[in-house]
Amino acid sequence: MKYAGLLVLPAGFFLAIAALVLFPATSAGARAGFVLCGLAVEALGLVVAARGHLEAQSHKAHGEDRA
Amino acid sequence: MTPAIPSILPLPLSDATFALVLALLLLAPLALAGVALINTGLGRSRSAAQSLLGSLAIVAVAVIAFALLGATFAGTADGPSHTLHLAGTSWNWLGAGPFFLGGLGKASAQSQLSLLFEFLAVALAALIPWGSGADRLRLTAGCAVAAVLAALVFPLFAHWTWANGWLSQLGVNFSLSSGFLDPAGAASIHVLGAVSALAVVWIAGPRKGKFPQGGFATAMPGHNAVYILFGCLLALAGWLAFNVAGAVLWMHAPLSALPVAAVNTLLSASGAVGATFAVTRIRFGKPDASLCANGWLSGLVASSATAAIVTPLQSLMIGLIAGVLTPLLVEVLELAVSIDDPSGAIAVHGAGGLWGLIAAGALASQPGQFLAQLVGIAAFIGLGLPLVYLLFWLVNRWLPLRADSDGERIGMDLHELGGGAYPEFVIHRDDSYR
Repeated sequence: MKYAGLLVLPAGFFLAIAALVLFPATSAGARAGFVLCGLAVEALGLVVAARGHLEAQSHKAHGEDRA
Repeated sequence: MTPAIPSILPLPLSDATFALVLALLLLAPLALAGVALINTGLGRSRSAAQSLLGSLAIVAVAVIAFALLGATFAGTADGPSHTLHLAGTSWNWLGAGPFFLGGLGKASAQSQLSLLFEFLAVALAALIPWGSGADRLRLTAGCAVAAVLAALVFPLFAHWTWANGWLSQLGVNFSLSSGFLDPAGAASIHVLGAVSALAVVWIAGPRKGKFPQGGFATAMPGHNAVYILFGCLLALAGWLAFNVAGAVLWMHAPLSALPVAAVNTLLSASGAVGATFAVTRIRFGKPDASLCANGWLSGLVASSATAAIVTPLQSLMIGLIAGVLTPLLVEVLELAVSIDDPSGAIAVHGAGGLWGLIAAGALASQPGQFLAQLVGIAAFIGLGLPLVYLLFWLVNRWLPLRADSDGERIGMDLHELGGGAYPEFVIHRDDSYR
Protein backbone atom coordinates (compact mmCIF):
# COMPACT_ATOMS: atom_id res chain seq x y z
CA MET A 1 0.00 0.00 0.00
CA LYS A 2 2.90 2.30 0.76
CA TYR A 3 4.36 1.66 -2.69
CA ALA A 4 0.99 2.29 -4.33
CA GLY A 5 0.85 5.66 -2.61
CA LEU A 6 4.37 6.49 -3.75
CA LEU A 7 3.43 5.57 -7.33
CA VAL A 8 0.45 7.91 -7.22
CA LEU A 9 2.72 10.88 -6.46
CA PRO A 10 4.32 11.13 -9.94
CA ALA A 11 0.83 10.81 -11.45
CA GLY A 12 -0.15 13.99 -9.64
CA PHE A 13 2.98 15.71 -10.89
CA PHE A 14 2.28 14.76 -14.51
CA LEU A 15 -1.28 16.02 -14.13
CA ALA A 16 0.10 19.40 -13.07
CA ILE A 17 2.49 19.47 -16.02
CA ALA A 18 -0.30 18.41 -18.39
CA ALA A 19 -2.23 21.47 -17.31
CA LEU A 20 0.55 23.72 -18.59
CA VAL A 21 0.92 21.87 -21.88
CA LEU A 22 -2.77 21.41 -22.65
CA PHE A 23 -4.21 24.77 -21.67
CA PRO A 24 -2.99 28.05 -23.12
CA ALA A 25 -2.04 30.95 -20.84
CA THR A 26 -5.40 32.58 -21.56
CA SER A 27 -7.27 29.70 -19.86
CA ALA A 28 -5.91 30.58 -16.45
CA GLY A 29 -8.86 29.07 -14.58
CA ALA A 30 -8.64 25.68 -16.28
CA ARG A 31 -4.88 25.60 -15.81
CA ALA A 32 -5.14 26.41 -12.12
CA GLY A 33 -7.88 23.80 -11.68
CA PHE A 34 -5.78 21.09 -13.32
CA VAL A 35 -2.69 22.00 -11.29
CA LEU A 36 -4.75 21.92 -8.09
CA CYS A 37 -6.11 18.50 -9.12
CA GLY A 38 -2.53 17.34 -9.57
CA LEU A 39 -1.66 18.51 -6.07
CA ALA A 40 -4.78 16.82 -4.71
CA VAL A 41 -3.70 13.56 -6.32
CA GLU A 42 -0.28 13.96 -4.69
CA ALA A 43 -1.95 14.57 -1.33
CA LEU A 44 -3.98 11.41 -1.85
CA GLY A 45 -0.80 9.49 -2.63
CA LEU A 46 0.81 10.78 0.55
CA VAL A 47 -2.19 9.73 2.63
CA VAL A 48 -2.18 6.24 1.08
CA ALA A 49 1.57 5.90 1.66
CA ALA A 50 1.20 7.06 5.27
CA ARG A 51 -1.60 4.55 5.89
CA GLY A 52 0.51 1.83 4.33
CA HIS A 53 3.36 2.77 6.65
CA LEU A 54 1.03 2.63 9.66
CA GLU A 55 -0.25 -0.81 8.69
CA ALA A 56 3.24 -2.18 8.10
CA GLN A 57 4.40 -0.79 11.43
CA SER A 58 1.43 -2.26 13.22
CA HIS A 59 2.13 -5.73 11.75
CA LYS A 60 5.80 -5.42 12.72
CA ALA A 61 5.01 -4.36 16.29
CA HIS A 62 2.53 -7.23 16.59
CA GLY A 63 5.18 -9.67 15.41
CA GLU A 64 7.72 -8.30 17.90
CA ASP A 65 5.22 -8.63 20.75
CA ARG A 66 4.60 -12.29 19.86
CA ALA A 67 8.32 -12.98 19.72
CA MET B 1 8.25 45.69 -2.33
CA THR B 2 7.63 43.65 -5.45
CA PRO B 3 9.90 40.85 -6.54
CA ALA B 4 12.59 41.59 -9.02
CA ILE B 5 11.98 39.52 -12.14
CA PRO B 6 15.00 37.26 -12.49
CA SER B 7 16.56 37.31 -15.92
CA ILE B 8 17.22 34.00 -17.62
CA LEU B 9 20.92 34.67 -18.07
CA PRO B 10 23.02 35.89 -15.15
CA LEU B 11 23.79 39.56 -14.93
CA PRO B 12 27.39 40.66 -14.47
CA LEU B 13 28.14 41.38 -10.81
CA SER B 14 29.96 44.50 -9.74
CA ASP B 15 33.09 44.03 -7.64
CA ALA B 16 31.31 45.33 -4.55
CA THR B 17 28.39 42.93 -5.01
CA PHE B 18 30.77 40.03 -5.64
CA ALA B 19 32.67 40.80 -2.43
CA LEU B 20 29.45 41.15 -0.44
CA VAL B 21 27.98 37.85 -1.64
CA LEU B 22 31.27 36.03 -1.09
CA ALA B 23 31.49 37.40 2.46
CA LEU B 24 27.89 36.35 3.12
CA LEU B 25 28.50 32.85 1.83
CA LEU B 26 31.48 32.54 4.18
CA LEU B 27 29.02 33.12 7.04
CA ALA B 28 26.42 30.66 5.71
CA PRO B 29 28.10 27.58 7.32
CA LEU B 30 26.74 28.90 10.62
CA ALA B 31 23.38 27.53 9.45
CA LEU B 32 24.99 24.10 9.17
CA ALA B 33 26.49 24.46 12.64
CA GLY B 34 23.12 25.48 14.03
CA VAL B 35 21.23 22.58 12.46
CA ALA B 36 23.93 20.11 13.59
CA LEU B 37 23.68 21.36 17.19
CA ILE B 38 19.88 21.27 17.12
CA ASN B 39 19.93 17.69 15.78
CA THR B 40 22.38 16.64 18.49
CA GLY B 41 20.44 18.32 21.29
CA LEU B 42 17.16 16.77 20.18
CA GLY B 43 18.65 13.26 20.19
CA ARG B 44 19.57 11.19 23.23
CA SER B 45 22.68 11.72 25.34
CA ARG B 46 23.97 8.26 24.50
CA SER B 47 24.03 9.14 20.78
CA ALA B 48 25.33 12.72 21.03
CA ALA B 49 28.91 12.19 19.85
CA GLN B 50 27.77 9.99 16.97
CA SER B 51 25.26 12.64 15.97
CA LEU B 52 27.78 15.48 15.86
CA LEU B 53 30.52 13.38 14.26
CA GLY B 54 27.90 12.22 11.77
CA SER B 55 27.08 15.83 10.93
CA LEU B 56 30.74 16.51 10.17
CA ALA B 57 31.05 13.34 8.10
CA ILE B 58 27.83 14.03 6.22
CA VAL B 59 28.88 17.56 5.32
CA ALA B 60 32.22 16.20 4.10
CA VAL B 61 30.67 13.38 2.06
CA ALA B 62 27.99 15.65 0.58
CA VAL B 63 30.55 18.24 -0.49
CA ILE B 64 32.85 15.64 -2.06
CA ALA B 65 29.98 13.87 -3.86
CA PHE B 66 28.71 17.18 -5.17
CA ALA B 67 32.19 18.17 -6.37
CA LEU B 68 32.80 14.82 -8.08
CA LEU B 69 29.43 14.38 -9.77
CA GLY B 70 26.64 16.64 -8.52
CA ALA B 71 28.05 19.94 -9.75
CA THR B 72 28.15 18.51 -13.28
CA PHE B 73 24.43 17.69 -13.20
CA ALA B 74 23.49 20.91 -11.40
CA GLY B 75 25.26 23.03 -14.01
CA THR B 76 25.15 26.79 -14.11
CA ALA B 77 22.78 29.29 -15.69
CA ASP B 78 25.25 30.18 -18.43
CA GLY B 79 26.63 26.66 -18.87
CA PRO B 80 25.65 23.75 -21.17
CA SER B 81 22.65 21.58 -20.37
CA HIS B 82 20.52 18.68 -21.62
CA THR B 83 17.23 19.78 -23.13
CA LEU B 84 14.18 17.75 -24.13
CA HIS B 85 11.87 19.05 -26.84
CA LEU B 86 8.34 17.95 -26.01
CA ALA B 87 4.96 19.40 -26.95
CA GLY B 88 6.61 22.30 -28.72
CA THR B 89 8.50 23.38 -25.61
CA SER B 90 12.12 23.07 -24.51
CA TRP B 91 12.48 21.34 -21.16
CA ASN B 92 15.92 22.06 -19.73
CA TRP B 93 16.14 19.16 -17.29
CA LEU B 94 19.80 18.44 -16.51
CA GLY B 95 23.05 20.36 -16.38
CA ALA B 96 26.01 19.24 -18.47
CA GLY B 97 28.86 21.06 -16.81
CA PRO B 98 32.47 19.89 -16.82
CA PHE B 99 33.38 17.00 -14.52
CA PHE B 100 35.30 17.56 -11.28
CA LEU B 101 34.72 21.33 -11.31
CA GLY B 102 36.85 21.76 -14.42
CA GLY B 103 37.28 25.40 -15.47
CA LEU B 104 35.82 26.74 -12.24
CA GLY B 105 38.48 29.43 -11.96
CA LYS B 106 37.63 30.78 -15.42
CA ALA B 107 33.85 30.76 -14.94
CA SER B 108 31.90 33.99 -14.54
CA ALA B 109 31.74 35.58 -11.10
CA GLN B 110 28.04 34.73 -10.85
CA SER B 111 28.67 31.08 -11.74
CA GLN B 112 31.45 30.76 -9.16
CA LEU B 113 29.31 32.24 -6.41
CA SER B 114 26.30 30.16 -7.48
CA LEU B 115 28.38 27.03 -7.19
CA LEU B 116 29.64 28.01 -3.74
CA PHE B 117 26.02 28.64 -2.70
CA GLU B 118 25.08 25.18 -3.98
CA PHE B 119 27.94 23.52 -2.10
CA LEU B 120 26.66 25.00 1.16
CA ALA B 121 23.06 24.25 0.20
CA VAL B 122 23.72 20.58 -0.47
CA ALA B 123 25.54 20.21 2.86
CA LEU B 124 22.57 21.73 4.67
CA ALA B 125 20.07 19.55 2.79
CA ALA B 126 22.08 16.42 3.66
CA LEU B 127 22.00 17.24 7.38
CA ILE B 128 18.19 17.25 7.50
CA PRO B 129 17.54 13.47 7.15
CA TRP B 130 20.40 12.76 9.59
CA GLY B 131 18.47 14.56 12.33
CA SER B 132 15.31 12.59 11.60
CA GLY B 133 17.15 9.29 11.77
CA ALA B 134 18.83 10.15 15.07
CA ASP B 135 19.47 7.39 17.63
CA ARG B 136 19.18 4.53 15.15
CA LEU B 137 20.81 5.51 11.84
CA ARG B 138 24.29 4.07 11.30
CA LEU B 139 27.10 6.48 10.51
CA THR B 140 28.11 4.77 7.27
CA ALA B 141 24.50 4.56 6.13
CA GLY B 142 24.00 8.26 6.91
CA CYS B 143 27.04 9.05 4.76
CA ALA B 144 25.72 6.86 1.94
CA VAL B 145 22.37 8.67 2.06
CA ALA B 146 24.21 12.01 1.94
CA ALA B 147 26.30 10.88 -1.03
CA VAL B 148 23.24 9.80 -3.02
CA LEU B 149 21.42 13.01 -2.16
CA ALA B 150 24.38 15.21 -3.10
CA ALA B 151 25.46 13.37 -6.24
CA LEU B 152 22.11 12.56 -7.84
CA VAL B 153 19.01 14.14 -6.30
CA PHE B 154 19.94 17.64 -5.19
CA PRO B 155 21.72 18.50 -8.48
CA LEU B 156 18.61 17.61 -10.48
CA PHE B 157 16.33 19.90 -8.49
CA ALA B 158 18.97 22.63 -8.10
CA HIS B 159 19.35 22.70 -11.87
CA TRP B 160 15.62 22.98 -12.41
CA THR B 161 15.37 25.83 -9.92
CA TRP B 162 18.62 27.79 -10.11
CA ALA B 163 20.44 26.98 -13.33
CA ASN B 164 17.93 27.90 -16.02
CA GLY B 165 16.08 24.60 -15.64
CA TRP B 166 12.49 24.10 -16.71
CA LEU B 167 11.03 25.27 -13.38
CA SER B 168 12.82 28.60 -13.58
CA GLN B 169 11.69 28.93 -17.21
CA LEU B 170 7.98 28.47 -16.47
CA GLY B 171 7.60 32.20 -16.99
CA VAL B 172 9.21 32.17 -20.45
CA ASN B 173 7.66 28.92 -21.69
CA PHE B 174 4.20 29.08 -20.11
CA SER B 175 3.70 32.76 -19.23
CA LEU B 176 3.78 32.04 -15.50
CA SER B 177 5.22 35.34 -14.31
CA SER B 178 8.87 34.94 -13.18
CA GLY B 179 8.78 31.13 -13.16
CA PHE B 180 9.31 29.12 -9.99
CA LEU B 181 10.98 31.31 -7.36
CA ASP B 182 13.14 29.76 -4.65
CA PRO B 183 15.51 32.54 -3.62
CA ALA B 184 17.25 30.83 -0.70
CA GLY B 185 16.47 27.15 -0.99
CA ALA B 186 13.06 26.72 0.67
CA ALA B 187 12.40 24.01 -1.94
CA SER B 188 15.84 22.87 -3.09
CA ILE B 189 17.24 22.63 0.42
CA HIS B 190 14.40 22.32 2.88
CA VAL B 191 11.52 20.58 1.09
CA LEU B 192 14.01 18.22 -0.53
CA GLY B 193 15.66 17.63 2.85
CA ALA B 194 12.26 16.98 4.41
CA VAL B 195 11.15 14.43 1.81
CA SER B 196 14.54 12.74 2.26
CA ALA B 197 13.93 12.71 6.01
CA LEU B 198 10.49 11.17 5.48
CA ALA B 199 11.97 8.47 3.25
CA VAL B 200 14.70 7.70 5.81
CA VAL B 201 12.19 7.52 8.67
CA TRP B 202 9.86 5.26 6.68
CA ILE B 203 12.68 2.92 5.68
CA ALA B 204 14.54 2.83 9.01
CA GLY B 205 11.40 2.69 11.18
CA PRO B 206 10.90 4.20 14.63
CA ARG B 207 13.23 3.94 17.60
CA LYS B 208 12.68 0.84 19.71
CA GLY B 209 9.94 1.43 22.23
CA LYS B 210 8.68 4.63 20.60
CA PHE B 211 5.31 3.21 19.56
CA PRO B 212 4.41 0.30 21.89
CA GLN B 213 1.69 -2.03 20.68
CA GLY B 214 -1.71 -0.81 21.88
CA GLY B 215 -0.31 2.15 23.77
CA PHE B 216 0.47 5.83 23.33
CA ALA B 217 3.69 7.05 21.74
CA THR B 218 6.50 7.13 24.28
CA ALA B 219 7.94 10.59 24.91
CA MET B 220 11.67 10.66 24.14
CA PRO B 221 12.67 14.25 24.80
CA GLY B 222 15.90 15.79 23.52
CA HIS B 223 18.82 15.55 25.93
CA ASN B 224 20.22 19.10 25.83
CA ALA B 225 18.01 22.19 25.52
CA VAL B 226 21.07 24.44 25.60
CA TYR B 227 22.47 22.89 22.40
CA ILE B 228 19.06 23.20 20.78
CA LEU B 229 18.52 26.85 21.63
CA PHE B 230 22.09 27.95 20.95
CA GLY B 231 21.83 26.11 17.65
CA CYS B 232 18.83 28.30 16.84
CA LEU B 233 20.88 31.45 17.34
CA LEU B 234 23.72 30.12 15.19
CA ALA B 235 21.21 29.14 12.52
CA LEU B 236 19.88 32.71 12.43
CA ALA B 237 23.27 34.06 11.39
CA GLY B 238 23.59 31.42 8.69
CA TRP B 239 20.06 31.97 7.43
CA LEU B 240 20.61 35.73 7.16
CA ALA B 241 23.63 34.97 4.98
CA PHE B 242 21.74 32.43 2.83
CA ASN B 243 18.70 34.67 2.36
CA VAL B 244 20.61 37.83 1.46
CA ALA B 245 23.10 36.03 -0.80
CA GLY B 246 20.24 34.15 -2.46
CA ALA B 247 18.36 37.39 -3.09
CA VAL B 248 21.36 38.69 -5.05
CA LEU B 249 22.20 35.46 -6.86
CA TRP B 250 18.76 34.13 -7.81
CA MET B 251 16.54 37.23 -7.72
CA HIS B 252 19.12 39.80 -8.88
CA ALA B 253 17.94 42.05 -6.06
CA PRO B 254 19.61 45.47 -5.92
CA LEU B 255 21.84 46.25 -2.93
CA SER B 256 19.19 48.62 -1.57
CA ALA B 257 16.75 45.69 -1.21
CA LEU B 258 19.08 43.55 0.89
CA PRO B 259 18.48 45.12 4.33
CA VAL B 260 14.75 44.44 3.87
CA ALA B 261 15.50 40.79 3.10
CA ALA B 262 17.55 40.56 6.30
CA VAL B 263 14.84 42.27 8.36
CA ASN B 264 12.23 39.94 6.85
CA THR B 265 14.31 36.92 7.92
CA LEU B 266 14.46 38.20 11.49
CA LEU B 267 10.76 39.03 11.57
CA SER B 268 9.70 35.67 10.20
CA ALA B 269 11.76 33.77 12.80
CA SER B 270 10.61 36.08 15.60
CA GLY B 271 6.96 35.78 14.65
CA ALA B 272 7.26 32.02 14.43
CA VAL B 273 8.92 31.55 17.82
CA GLY B 274 6.39 33.91 19.42
CA ALA B 275 3.50 31.94 17.95
CA THR B 276 4.97 28.58 19.00
CA PHE B 277 5.64 29.94 22.49
CA ALA B 278 1.98 30.96 22.76
CA VAL B 279 0.63 27.71 21.29
CA THR B 280 2.71 25.46 23.56
CA ARG B 281 1.92 27.60 26.60
CA ILE B 282 -1.81 27.32 25.89
CA ARG B 283 -1.64 23.59 25.21
CA PHE B 284 0.76 22.46 27.93
CA GLY B 285 0.59 25.27 30.50
CA LYS B 286 4.27 26.11 29.96
CA PRO B 287 6.26 26.91 26.82
CA ASP B 288 8.12 23.92 25.38
CA ALA B 289 11.79 24.65 24.60
CA SER B 290 12.16 21.99 21.88
CA LEU B 291 8.99 22.98 20.07
CA CYS B 292 9.88 26.68 20.36
CA ALA B 293 13.20 25.86 18.68
CA ASN B 294 11.27 24.02 15.98
CA GLY B 295 9.03 27.06 15.58
CA TRP B 296 12.01 29.40 15.27
CA LEU B 297 13.56 27.16 12.64
CA SER B 298 10.31 26.87 10.69
CA GLY B 299 10.10 30.67 10.58
CA LEU B 300 13.62 30.76 9.17
CA VAL B 301 12.75 28.06 6.64
CA ALA B 302 9.64 29.93 5.49
CA SER B 303 11.73 33.08 5.12
CA SER B 304 13.99 31.22 2.70
CA ALA B 305 11.17 31.50 0.17
CA THR B 306 9.81 34.90 1.08
CA ALA B 307 12.52 37.18 2.55
CA ALA B 308 13.45 38.67 -0.82
CA ILE B 309 9.86 39.00 -1.99
CA VAL B 310 7.47 40.24 0.71
CA THR B 311 7.12 43.29 2.95
CA PRO B 312 8.20 43.20 6.62
CA LEU B 313 4.61 43.03 7.85
CA GLN B 314 3.86 40.15 5.51
CA SER B 315 7.01 38.41 6.69
CA LEU B 316 5.88 38.70 10.30
CA MET B 317 2.50 37.20 9.41
CA ILE B 318 4.18 34.36 7.49
CA GLY B 319 6.31 33.62 10.54
CA LEU B 320 3.30 33.68 12.88
CA ILE B 321 1.44 31.16 10.75
CA ALA B 322 4.53 28.92 10.46
CA GLY B 323 4.91 29.09 14.23
CA VAL B 324 1.31 27.97 14.80
CA LEU B 325 1.46 25.17 12.22
CA THR B 326 4.75 23.63 13.31
CA PRO B 327 4.00 22.39 16.85
CA LEU B 328 0.60 21.09 15.74
CA LEU B 329 2.11 19.23 12.81
CA VAL B 330 4.90 17.75 14.95
CA GLU B 331 2.20 16.33 17.20
CA VAL B 332 0.04 15.07 14.34
CA LEU B 333 2.97 13.33 12.64
CA GLU B 334 3.97 11.59 15.85
CA LEU B 335 0.58 10.69 17.30
CA ALA B 336 -1.60 10.18 14.23
CA VAL B 337 0.87 9.01 11.59
CA SER B 338 3.40 7.25 13.90
CA ILE B 339 6.37 9.00 12.38
CA ASP B 340 9.35 9.00 14.76
CA ASP B 341 11.21 12.17 13.78
CA PRO B 342 13.36 13.25 16.75
CA SER B 343 14.40 16.54 15.15
CA GLY B 344 10.93 17.40 13.85
CA ALA B 345 12.58 18.01 10.47
CA ILE B 346 9.62 16.83 8.39
CA ALA B 347 7.34 19.40 9.97
CA VAL B 348 9.94 22.16 10.27
CA HIS B 349 11.64 21.94 6.89
CA GLY B 350 8.78 20.36 4.95
CA ALA B 351 5.77 22.31 6.15
CA GLY B 352 7.80 25.50 6.74
CA GLY B 353 9.27 25.35 3.27
CA LEU B 354 5.97 24.56 1.56
CA TRP B 355 4.19 27.31 3.45
CA GLY B 356 6.89 29.81 2.47
CA LEU B 357 6.69 28.83 -1.20
CA ILE B 358 2.90 29.15 -1.22
CA ALA B 359 3.05 32.51 0.58
CA ALA B 360 5.67 33.79 -1.87
CA GLY B 361 3.32 33.01 -4.75
CA ALA B 362 0.20 34.31 -3.06
CA LEU B 363 1.80 37.62 -2.07
CA ALA B 364 3.63 38.30 -5.35
CA SER B 365 2.07 41.08 -7.39
CA GLN B 366 2.44 39.43 -10.81
CA PRO B 367 -0.37 37.15 -12.02
CA GLY B 368 0.69 33.56 -12.62
CA GLN B 369 3.32 33.51 -9.87
CA PHE B 370 1.09 31.52 -7.54
CA LEU B 371 0.56 28.86 -10.19
CA ALA B 372 4.30 28.71 -10.87
CA GLN B 373 4.92 28.08 -7.18
CA LEU B 374 2.29 25.31 -7.13
CA VAL B 375 3.87 23.59 -10.13
CA GLY B 376 7.25 23.75 -8.36
CA ILE B 377 5.76 22.23 -5.22
CA ALA B 378 4.15 19.48 -7.33
CA ALA B 379 7.57 18.67 -8.79
CA PHE B 380 9.38 18.54 -5.46
CA ILE B 381 6.75 16.34 -3.78
CA GLY B 382 5.55 14.33 -6.77
CA LEU B 383 8.97 13.43 -8.12
CA GLY B 384 11.24 14.15 -5.15
CA LEU B 385 9.68 11.78 -2.62
CA PRO B 386 9.40 8.68 -4.87
CA LEU B 387 12.91 9.28 -6.21
CA VAL B 388 14.60 9.59 -2.81
CA TYR B 389 12.55 6.69 -1.43
CA LEU B 390 13.67 4.45 -4.29
CA LEU B 391 17.32 5.47 -3.99
CA PHE B 392 17.43 5.19 -0.19
CA TRP B 393 15.63 1.83 -0.39
CA LEU B 394 18.41 0.61 -2.69
CA VAL B 395 21.02 2.00 -0.28
CA ASN B 396 19.26 0.15 2.55
CA ARG B 397 19.48 -3.15 0.64
CA TRP B 398 23.21 -2.72 0.23
CA LEU B 399 24.05 -0.98 3.51
CA PRO B 400 21.33 -1.24 6.18
CA LEU B 401 20.37 2.20 7.44
CA ARG B 402 19.44 1.03 10.89
CA ALA B 403 21.74 -0.15 13.67
CA ASP B 404 21.00 -3.52 15.27
CA SER B 405 18.88 -3.63 18.40
CA ASP B 406 21.96 -3.93 20.62
CA GLY B 407 23.29 -0.69 19.16
CA GLU B 408 20.05 1.06 19.96
CA ARG B 409 20.05 -0.31 23.48
CA ILE B 410 23.57 0.73 24.47
CA GLY B 411 23.46 3.93 22.41
CA MET B 412 25.03 4.84 19.11
CA ASP B 413 28.07 6.39 20.81
CA LEU B 414 29.24 3.17 22.45
CA HIS B 415 28.07 1.01 19.57
CA GLU B 416 29.73 2.94 16.76
CA LEU B 417 32.45 5.02 18.43
CA GLY B 418 33.34 2.96 21.47
CA GLY B 419 32.91 5.86 23.86
CA GLY B 420 30.23 8.30 24.94
CA ALA B 421 29.95 12.05 24.57
CA TYR B 422 29.72 12.54 28.34
CA PRO B 423 31.98 9.91 29.91
CA GLU B 424 31.95 11.54 33.37
CA PHE B 425 28.17 11.47 33.66
CA VAL B 426 25.91 8.56 34.53
CA ILE B 427 23.48 8.01 31.70
CA HIS B 428 19.96 7.27 32.91
CA ARG B 429 18.42 3.88 32.27
CA ASP B 430 15.75 3.88 29.63
CA ASP B 431 12.48 2.41 30.90
CA SER B 432 11.31 1.56 27.40
CA TYR B 433 13.79 -1.39 27.32
CA ARG B 434 12.46 -3.19 30.34
